[in-house]
Amino acid sequence: MNITRLLTATTALVATATIAGAESHVEMANEMTIVSWGGAYQESQRKAYVEPYLEANPEVTVTWDESSAEAVAKLRAQNEAGNVTWDLVDAVASDAMRLCDEGLAMEVDHDELLAEAPDGTAASDDFGDLIVSDCFIPQIVYSTTVGYRTDNAEWEGRTPEDICAIFDLEQFPGQRSLEKRPIGNMEWALLCDGVAKDEIYDVLETEEGQDRAFAKLDTIKDSVIWWSAGADTPQLLADGEVVMGSTYNGRLFSLIAEQGQPVEMLWDAQVFDLDGWVIPEGLDEPTLNRVKDFLHFATDTQRLADQSKYIAYGPARQSSAPMVDKHAELGIEMAPHMPTDPANSENTFLYNYEWWADYRDDLDAKFQAWLAQ
Amino acid sequence: MTHSATTPPEQPMAALPGGEVTEGPMLAADGTPLKASLKRALRREKLRALLLISPLLIFILVAFVGPIADMLFRSVENQIVSETLPRTVAALRAEDTPEGEVPDEEVFAQLYTDLVIAEEYKIHTRLGSRLNYEMTGVSSLFRSTGRDVGRFDTDIYTDQFVEAAPALEDPANWVAWMEEEAVREALPLTADAWDEWVTLTVEENEDDPLEEDVPDFVFTTLYRDLTAGATPPDAFPDVDVSGFETVSIKALFEDSDEDWMDPQLWQLIETYSPEYTDGYFLNAVDMMNGPDGEAQFRPDDQRIYLKLFWRTMWMSMVITFSCILLGYPIAYLLSTLPLRSANVLMILVLLPFWTSLLVRTSAWKVLLQQQGVINDTLVWLGLVDNFNRLQLINNITGTVIAMTHILLPFMILPLYSVMKTIPPSYVRAAKSMGANDWTAFWRVWFPLSVPGIGAGSILVFILSIGYYITPEIVGGTEGVFISNRIAYHISSSLNWGLAAALGSILLALVLVLYWLYDRIVGIDNVKLGG
Repeated sequence: MNITRLLTATTALVATATIAGAESHVEMANEMTIVSWGGAYQESQRKAYVEPYLEANPEVTVTWDESSAEAVAKLRAQNEAGNVTWDLVDAVASDAMRLCDEGLAMEVDHDELLAEAPDGTAASDDFGDLIVSDCFIPQIVYSTTVGYRTDNAEWEGRTPEDICAIFDLEQFPGQRSLEKRPIGNMEWALLCDGVAKDEIYDVLETEEGQDRAFAKLDTIKDSVIWWSAGADTPQLLADGEVVMGSTYNGRLFSLIAEQGQPVEMLWDAQVFDLDGWVIPEGLDEPTLNRVKDFLHFATDTQRLADQSKYIAYGPARQSSAPMVDKHAELGIEMAPHMPTDPANSENTFLYNYEWWADYRDDLDAKFQAWLAQ
Repeated sequence: MTHSATTPPEQPMAALPGGEVTEGPMLAADGTPLKASLKRALRREKLRALLLISPLLIFILVAFVGPIADMLFRSVENQIVSETLPRTVAALRAEDTPEGEVPDEEVFAQLYTDLVIAEEYKIHTRLGSRLNYEMTGVSSLFRSTGRDVGRFDTDIYTDQFVEAAPALEDPANWVAWMEEEAVREALPLTADAWDEWVTLTVEENEDDPLEEDVPDFVFTTLYRDLTAGATPPDAFPDVDVSGFETVSIKALFEDSDEDWMDPQLWQLIETYSPEYTDGYFLNAVDMMNGPDGEAQFRPDDQRIYLKLFWRTMWMSMVITFSCILLGYPIAYLLSTLPLRSANVLMILVLLPFWTSLLVRTSAWKVLLQQQGVINDTLVWLGLVDNFNRLQLINNITGTVIAMTHILLPFMILPLYSVMKTIPPSYVRAAKSMGANDWTAFWRVWFPLSVPGIGAGSILVFILSIGYYITPEIVGGTEGVFISNRIAYHISSSLNWGLAAALGSILLALVLVLYWLYDRIVGIDNVKLGG
């Protein structure tokens, strides 16, 4: 053995030892409490990356808590009681932003924490604009969009072409269901009242603009059933209680593809929203290491693409989009059902989180007062 | 007739064993006054009783009364403004800015120090969310300026000071200076800013101040101390600041966001600077602190809570009344039927009681909706036109029907247990004296069952006043209660102060109604059984 080879071998050995040493120094907790939404969404997370992760790390146990709907309130309460029991929280972007504002969520360096795309693109570029808060690690893009029944005799064969069909009681008579909150509805109302898409928030900021939106909503107020749970509209559509209604696109997908109801989707002016991970502030070191390790795995390009096999929500990474495959059980091609699919996203709307953070209290009071009138 | 009137005056008050008669108090066998001895025995008894219930009492205090009191306290608590911006608030008070004007440089300089520190602790956004409840836009104002404030152009002071006296760059020197009382006295603002920064570095960031750069805001306060005419002792480097290039902090804030130049914002900060506020309670009754500091009603399009309180009250009464209407005959039947059939009937009453609340409410949806079972049946029977189906859900009707059904057992059970105790012989006696069926029922049976109605009504009314799941699901827009808004503010808007104020008012209303009930019906007339 010549001296060069010996040297190389030793260096390699030392290098390996160093790496191994570094790894064993990172102490990781073996228990992790993940908070999610329950139902089909949590199932998609479990199948796409929690189970694969547990297979690779058999020493880890995961406890699920289905509290994402009240994540902000509960985390605040836990924080005030000085006993945060959650390790990783799944939350929508606006909640993540509020958790960040309240100092309840940890700010992360996305490039340091998350995996690169397969082609080497940094995570922050791969997620791009979807990183709406320093505390937020996006997973999926979902949208609030409209579904309509295809068997309405009164419509005489007309099909809704754009979002303004909601406000058109002449062409499309019947009850419709809309979410019982101002977000989304106000934007649609202005859009259909002739406001250009990029001016909507400027208009909505003014008193006149708000009145204008309410006036538009007034035209259909008597024909609207207001929903507060995502399952309401699918049920109302299936029962024929409403002829069209807004809900999350994944719910409509299961109504159409899994239950085979005579319902079609109207992708026009779908309101994009984001869902992702948030790390609570104040985790101890081993737990934090475990959470980071899990996140690195669970948000890489392949894992996010895998998730779309189980639910019709678009992966938040650009690099995952081409890898979207068939539904794991139904065997249908998932891409056409993604809100992010080019054919569906010709006219979309990403709502303005910062704007709503400011105006939500004010407009919600007005919206509730308007509803009660 | 009092006792003393029947007692002849010459009779002795108390007789001792020796036959001696005294005028003093009656004594026990051991010579102590009977009254005291009795009292002691009773006290011991009470103490034992208290000891027995103490686990429950402590549990209720810790797990129920305590948290509720804490929650209700939030309705007035408002330390967040003065805790996050202590210097600004103090400066605002000292300054006394005329109404409708933006404070001057001094206040902004204090705000700068406060905000830099708050930003480091990440609490400025919390204050932003708090103030946003009162004024739209404050949330993002604090968020965006929080991002800017660390990069304000105040580093020109740092550069100029370090250039004039390089010793100022070394934090070790600062530690030495700041230990001297004379320096601290001469440079009060600087000392305060320095202390704050050291605490922050050590406690929050867990860094060593000696290894960090002295931050810009400390130099900025030093500049302000020196321009205010401070003459630090010789130990401190002598820097002539008269030739310094200056920067207006007010202008820096204006550059960051021109909303800082809004007098209303400053009015708001001043209004909410005290540690306690009536703001939440005002909001809970559709009022607000106006620009002049006087309470006034909100604009019409934002008033909602008084309407909801009123609706909660009268709908709860409607529900209570319909529960009496439906529950009374059932309870009557239950109490008069033979035991075997009564038991079967009782199970039918209790069965829904054991079913999940959500399931029952959702079942009503299936029954009541326009394409639902009831409407379908009515259309099939030809009673209702197919295109004019009845609107039975997502309105007040839906809430009243579903809640009456859900709360019915709470009416039937107390009624039944009271009716069970009415001896059937009373009615028979009434009839034997010539009363017809109706008179016997109305004059004899019914008055005896009133305590049951009282108990059932209280139960149903108080339960329904606090209900929110059922109204949320079947109430639509007209059939929701005040508790739906409380739930919204607890879990969605996070305005816990307002939720607490609404909750306190609801609690007070229930107590007032209870008191009224006691005055009118008398709480002694309420029986849960026996």
